[in-house]
Amino acid sequence: MSSSSIVAETFAKLRQKSRTAWQSLRDRPLILVGTATCGRAAGALEILKVIKEELEKHGIDARVLEVGCMGHCYAEPLVTVYKPGFPPISYGYVTGGIAARLVQDFLGGDDPCLEFALAALETNDMVPALTDFPRGMIEKPIILDKCGLIDPEKIEHYIALGGYAALARALTREPEWVVEEIKASGLRGRGGAGFPTGRKWETCRLAPGEKKYVICNADEGDPGAFMDRAILESNPHEVLEGLAIAAYAVGARQGYFYIRAEYPLAVERVKKAIEEARQAGLLGTNILGSGFSFNVDVFQGSGAFVCGEETALIASMEGEPGLPRHRPPFPATAGLWGKPTVINNVKTLAYVPHIIERGAQWFRETGTAGSPGTAVFALAGKVINTGLAEVPMGTTLRQLVYDVGSGIPKGKSFKAVQIGGPSGGCLPEAALDMPIDFDSLSQAGAMMGSGGMVILDEDDCMVEIARFFLDFTQKESCGKCTMCRLGTRQMLDILEAITKGQGRPGDIELLLELAEDVKAGSLCGLGKTAPNPVLSTIRYFRDEYEAHIKERRCPALMCRELIAYYILPEKCERSCDACVGSCPVEAIYPNEDRIKVIDQQKCVKCASCLEACPPQYKAVIKLSPPELVAERGRKVNIP
Amino acid sequence: MHLTEEEKRVALEQTGNILENYSRERGNLIPILQQVQEKLGYVPLVAMEEVARHLGIPAVDVYSVATFYNQFRLIPPGKHQIKVCMGTACHMKGGNIILDCWKRRLGIDVNQVTPDREFSLERVACVGCCTMAPVTVIDEEVYGKVTPTRVDGLLFSFGVKIPKGQQKEGEAVEQQ
Ligand SMILES: Cc1cc2nc3c(=O)[nH]c(=O)nc-3n(C[C@H](O)[C@H](O)[C@H](O)COP(=O)(O)O)c2cc1C
Ligand code: SF4
Ligand code: SF4
Ligand code: FES
Repeated sequence: MSSSSIVAETFAKLRQKSRTAWQSLRDRPLILVGTATCGRAAGALEILKVIKEELEKHGIDARVLEVGCMGHCYAEPLVTVYKPGFPPISYGYVTGGIAARLVQDFLGGDDPCLEFALAALETNDMVPALTDFPRGMIEKPIILDKCGLIDPEKIEHYIALGGYAALARALTREPEWVVEEIKASGLRGRGGAGFPTGRKWETCRLAPGEKKYVICNADEGDPGAFMDRAILESNPHEVLEGLAIAAYAVGARQGYFYIRAEYPLAVERVKKAIEEARQAGLLGTNILGSGFSFNVDVFQGSGAFVCGEETALIASMEGEPGLPRHRPPFPATAGLWGKPTVINNVKTLAYVPHIIERGAQWFRETGTAGSPGTAVFALAGKVINTGLAEVPMGTTLRQLVYDVGSGIPKGKSFKAVQIGGPSGGCLPEAALDMPIDFDSLSQAGAMMGSGGMVILDEDDCMVEIARFFLDFTQKESCGKCTMCRLGTRQMLDILEAITKGQGRPGDIELLLELAEDVKAGSLCGLGKTAPNPVLSTIRYFRDEYEAHIKERRCPALMCRELIAYYILPEKCERSCDACVGSCPVEAIYPNEDRIKVIDQQKCVKCASCLEACPPQYKAVIKLSPPELVAERGRKVNIP
Repeated sequence: MHLTEEEKRVALEQTGNILENYSRERGNLIPILQQVQEKLGYVPLVAMEEVARHLGIPAVDVYSVATFYNQFRLIPPGKHQIKVCMGTACHMKGGNIILDCWKRRLGIDVNQVTPDREFSLERVACVGCCTMAPVTVIDEEVYGKVTPTRVDGLLFSFGVKIPKGQQKEGEAVEQQ
């Protein structure tokens, strides 16, 4: 028998076994509880306990599975119920009470409790399905397709739904075929720069040398990004399969997951996945009888943003401080321990099995000519539906913010989206109709980055957000390049002064000048892109900078040194004391008329009173510049 | 900060145990330091010297790696580690206000430990729960949508009863 038919046969058996296991899950009701980090933070483990207790108490025979993240993080904890005769239904914002009712009334009776339903997962006549909402029409899950629907710690679930078929397929072909297929698909790296993956693989494949490595970059250091975490927690096998295919394509026998230290659950699940795959014969020696051998280990990062940069990542794996090195040589020719090494982002690798399975042409049908496929975004900040979304490249920002994200909460107005993390930029309203792909975004002064997207509303100050990102990059600069180390420091000093109302005329021009110097004088992407948030906010929101500098005023009422909290005497309700109790520093006292007054000396500007003041009074406001308080005070005192 | 003889003894013993599982390759440096920190909660100088000896590299190399990476603590953390997320989403939703609350109530600054060694305070970059911003991680548990009053509530649940407007007493200890 030829080696390729052995592979096909061995895999077919494995798949049959997995399918049987998967189907047997459905012989009784099945409850899925999302217990990725986001779910856990919202109390999913508590819900899990309630469900198990209730099932026990009522003697109901049902299966409970822990699954990953479906992307609807805003509605966590999320529970999905499969009951024979009903479409699968997802429930959001589940509390202990709702969980108990689902068990008693839906599983124990026949009331699907639709008042708590988020949507059905399949089209049906009873409950609107996810795909019936605007969001469902725009989204096109490729790499998120199984997230939240399978138990990430059970390899048979992944295999039953088509997993590892691509690896089996690749192993029956020549490695060159795999490289060609990825090249033809036009897949571009999702780690930020968008480098063509096929070309990188080819370089590594052709590089001389016996020993080669493949590394999955799961450092995900952008503050505000959580796509890679969600994928690793929800479907680690997809990425592992991609890594194994990459290894086969380039001729590596050893691979690594480089996972940041802050993601303990991802580390745990990837380790579990590696172990399961090894036991199933999908990793290790002579995979599926093909003669190809491949091992994978996990390397935990240690909390340095710059280690997401590939050469710094390699340095840290070699036991050195994570300082970037000069490129060329690129890692594909001289990487880990000087050997040819492919480094790809989590998402890049997650696409690989899908492309090998369905073909390069199929992949190109989605997205744009220059950026084929989909993009995964983590929506956070001032948007109603925070969470993950996978949309075709070329979708507009407006669709993402308004259709997928359902717009801005609390009736506030949109101000900007920050995209691409610390190397990206802030785009204003006018840019909302721009299609999202690698090239249009960089033209607009932002960057695709890894997919973190923070939506900002009228209450967010653009100078402050620029300061925030620069503070981040400044702290994370490894210090190797003078311009990156000192230039960003000087820029940060200026921005700090501006947000404190100590800006001087000419500061904006100085910032622009420094930004150019830092870009030019930096070795790695961190320094080269660090000024982007400053440049894009100056480009689109220069008036806010000017208000800070010229009037000592923060138009968004955000910069703490430039605002004061103030209680409107005409609105304060004498008999209400809500704010007094909420203040952590006892800065609020009733005056002789029992109107509440804030002692500005004591106030630490924590916003508690603003939250505490009942909505029917809305007596607490913010003023900028803070001197307005004194002015108002004078007016009140005039008899 | 001075370690007691007992602390030093424990540190050396644990480090020795860990080193038994690692070959003398430089690539093991960071995994070893991570193991040490996991066991002891920090990486004391004595442990670094042991590691250097094991790997056959100068102690200053180990020291420069341990200080380069944010993850490594050089002195013992508090019994409960409070980490306030300073990622983008948390920042935009008032993470700095929450950090201030912790500082004020615990009477310590970032990277310090309360005198009774009960709590230490750190900033972390995004922990990946941005949708729950602002986030505080206490030990391994993630707390979302933290407010100033919730800070008090959380402290209360750890058995700390600090009168309103005051803070834990005593001198704080520097962490790094
Ligand atoms: C400062 C800096 C941080 C980076 N952080 C990450 C990261 O967290 N994750 C990632 O995949 N790539 C990151 N990159 C990009 C990597 O250097 C590299 O280009 C990428 O992992 C290649 O994978 P891809 O081709 O699949 O995109 C970073 C780059 C720089 C300059
Ligand atoms: S640009 Fe900055 S982070 Fe990058 S190597 Fe230079 S100093 Fe280090
Ligand atoms: S902003 Fe905070 S500190 Fe200031 S008065 Fe209101 S509750 Fe008190
Ligand atoms: S920014 Fe705080 S969890 Fe992401």
